[in-house]
Amino acid sequence: MHLQALRFGKSYESLERETLVHFLTGETVAEVSQVGGAMVGRDLAKSAKAARAALMAMDPEDVVERLQTAGNLYALGTVEVGGQQQSPDDFVQQQSATTGLPESLCRANMKKNLFVLSNMDRMLDALSRGLSPEILWQGYGKEHRDVIVSYQAQSPVLGLVLPSNSPGVHTLWLPVIALGVGLVLKPGKQEPWTPYRMAAAMLEAGIPPEAIGLYPGPTDVGAAILNGCGRSMIFGSATTVAQYAGDPRVQVHGPGFSKIILGDDCVDDWENYLDVMVESVAANSGRGCINTSAIFASRHTREIAAAIAARIGPAEVKQPDDPEATLAAFTVPGVAKAVWEQIEKGVAADGVTHATAEYGPRLVEGERCGWLRPTVVHCSSPDPEIARAEYMFPFVNVVECPQNAMLERIGPTLVATVFSNDPEFQQKLIDSTHVDRLNFGPIPTTKLDWLQPHEGNIIDFLYRSRALQVGDGVMPPGLNAAADVATT
Amino acid sequence: MAETDKPVFEVADDASVKAARETLDAHTVEMMAWHFHPSTGCPFWLEYAQSLPFDPIKEVHCYDDLKKFPPFQDEWLRGGPVRRWAPKGFEGQPLYVFETGGTTGVPKSRVNSRDFRTDYEMFSDTLPEEYFPKGANWLMLGPSGPRRLRLAIEHLAQYRGGICFCVDLDPRWVVKLIKKGWMEHLEAYKEHCIDQAITILEAGHDIRCMFTTPKLLESLALALEKRGSSIHKAGITGIFSGGTEFTPQWTRFATEELLDGAYMTPTYGNTLMGLAASRPVTPADGYTIAYYAPQPRAVIELVDFDDTNSVVPYGGTGRVKLTTLTKETFVPGFLERDEGERELPYVKYPWDGVSGVRPFHKLASATTVGVY
Repeated sequence: MHLQALRFGKSYESLERETLVHFLTGETVAEVSQVGGAMVGRDLAKSAKAARAALMAMDPEDVVERLQTAGNLYALGTVEVGGQQQSPDDFVQQQSATTGLPESLCRANMKKNLFVLSNMDRMLDALSRGLSPEILWQGYGKEHRDVIVSYQAQSPVLGLVLPSNSPGVHTLWLPVIALGVGLVLKPGKQEPWTPYRMAAAMLEAGIPPEAIGLYPGPTDVGAAILNGCGRSMIFGSATTVAQYAGDPRVQVHGPGFSKIILGDDCVDDWENYLDVMVESVAANSGRGCINTSAIFASRHTREIAAAIAARIGPAEVKQPDDPEATLAAFTVPGVAKAVWEQIEKGVAADGVTHATAEYGPRLVEGERCGWLRPTVVHCSSPDPEIARAEYMFPFVNVVECPQNAMLERIGPTLVATVFSNDPEFQQKLIDSTHVDRLNFGPIPTTKLDWLQPHEGNIIDFLYRSRALQVGDGVMPPGLNAAADVATT
Repeated sequence: MAETDKPVFEVADDASVKAARETLDAHTVEMMAWHFHPSTGCPFWLEYAQSLPFDPIKEVHCYDDLKKFPPFQDEWLRGGPVRRWAPKGFEGQPLYVFETGGTTGVPKSRVNSRDFRTDYEMFSDTLPEEYFPKGANWLMLGPSGPRRLRLAIEHLAQYRGGICFCVDLDPRWVVKLIKKGWMEHLEAYKEHCIDQAITILEAGHDIRCMFTTPKLLESLALALEKRGSSIHKAGITGIFSGGTEFTPQWTRFATEELLDGAYMTPTYGNTLMGLAASRPVTPADGYTIAYYAPQPRAVIELVDFDDTNSVVPYGGTGRVKLTTLTKETFVPGFLERDEGERELPYVKYPWDGVSGVRPFHKLASATTVGVY
């Protein structure tokens, strides 16, 4: 199988190819054409505006319907990918083979993507607060309160520098086409599968090929995307986040440092929340930024750590096609070992205890890859360095911290699930700007309501609301209810 | 060899290869007599010879005898006094010092009197007149400062009867920007250089030839395209370019999409070697870029990664080993930070070539390439 670059409707076979191999056997799974940043820059200069124009030529409701069809094709159909017919089972096996993710988790992530595409109309309605899609299409119109509103697209295309860690992240860009904005995708090195299959499904469903670019390649492709697109999303490490912080053109998705917080009024009932804590830590093999990396409580922390350890500590490495498999492999040789060595240093610090130690070694080394079994660490205060760590496997710190110091000590938090009925504490959490998604009650941090914004509303990122006033006797082009508007 | 494996370029015949080898052997002996004679050699080699278990003048009879020398340590090139590398035979002649690296720490340096001129005069003979017309003016859009490239390109232009226009570019600052992650500054610096280049190209100087690097060529082509122009429309007919990011795919992309019909010749060079020309790059040859050192002044061998005295078979992958044999500089068996594939002798260059040049895989993670 050869995954070619897709240049807004034209396939491109590069002389340079990256070979993707099975993480266990080393067998070749696919070859991926590698292109350079200059090609991206050139194509963006020539084709970005045409990408949006191709979508604007369609009825917005038709686009949504086609995306819903694409969702079904992606999750249930057979589509052509890399010159071959790819069934959902083929997709799952290929994705598992190069990412190390168990097949059951690949299937679970497919369901998330299907859900988003199937519910696109509801999502857009929620995220746009009921705005008619026509308004985004023509740039202005009247909203339901009979007020003229205007929204400017900030870029004809959204650039995406995608990761390989979890196929669930793709849910973030799925609404983009429905917002009348084209896509420029740089797929993750180990996980080109979702972007390719999704693009194939979209095209088969009738989304215009001029609206989608797919450019696998080295880092300069990512740089060219960020440089050439008016709006981009990049997924990366804390360093990447720091690099693009404050750049309004770039939305950075880095480590989530998601947390569960037990308020003083609820912490004595911690056993009631154990299921939520376990799911938040271990779902999707702990690979997502929405997995909990720390649990904060003022007391019972050792018991909490021990109870979570008892639940997830015994998990064993299984074959990727085993329906019971829950642990993903680190497919880059040496990474699992390096991460474990880092953790070992962290648990050697004062006030830190390794709660899963009694369940056997955590590091499992394979011939070509490695695994880390779920790890629970207890920190007697937020001070040790490891209390702020996040790793790409089920790993959690249970941190003892007085409630009145929690908000100050938790640091940036993508998702916080809070168990507390204390109105004052709840209000402080609502007001805290370093917590992005906030859950009150027994909602795992990994359970996302797609009708709510994630790390900012994507519509606000892609569109800018601005004033548009129309004087008497003026008829703006394309406004059907022109007379009505003109007298407003 | 299977029919389909036949090289699509003209391979040198055995007689030419043999003759070239004999020339190299004779040249090697001549260089030993120069570098290790007290009246002509440089202080470094004369002193070093005292520690050798053999007499280079008497016991080096051919090129292969240079294997008697222990591996050349590139660290020897760092720091002063740089005059220890100046051959006594050139005493009183003006000297240049050219540097390489130097982003952090002391750069490696090489003294030079006329070598860079000779190298580029020889290279000039390989340039097709149609695209690099004599008398045409040049633009040097590449690293300047203490590098030989800046002076060498200017000399090349002058040697061909032209005048060279230059743009300043400090690659050490570029590497720092990348290491610091200051990508916005990197873009701004690149734009600053490209803006100057376009200003010069549009100023009516009749510039038709250019040296630039792949990254800058990309940026220049895209910037010109944004203005509704192109490399060719800006007047450029011939481009001489170099760098390890010169891959077949990049060359194909540049040829098909950036150059608008301008001719480009890739080269591989550095401060120690001089300049290796490439055989013609063609679609039929899969855009393979094969370089041939300017023998006998410099020799490239592709050697086994572990046994660096063994040359790999043709088509095999090895580390680039460089030997420089000019009167100004003797560097035996220097292991470059590059690897590649060994290529058959080409009719115009009847000795081994190298293709697929890229950073040596064991050092690659520490190497910043394609930065300017």
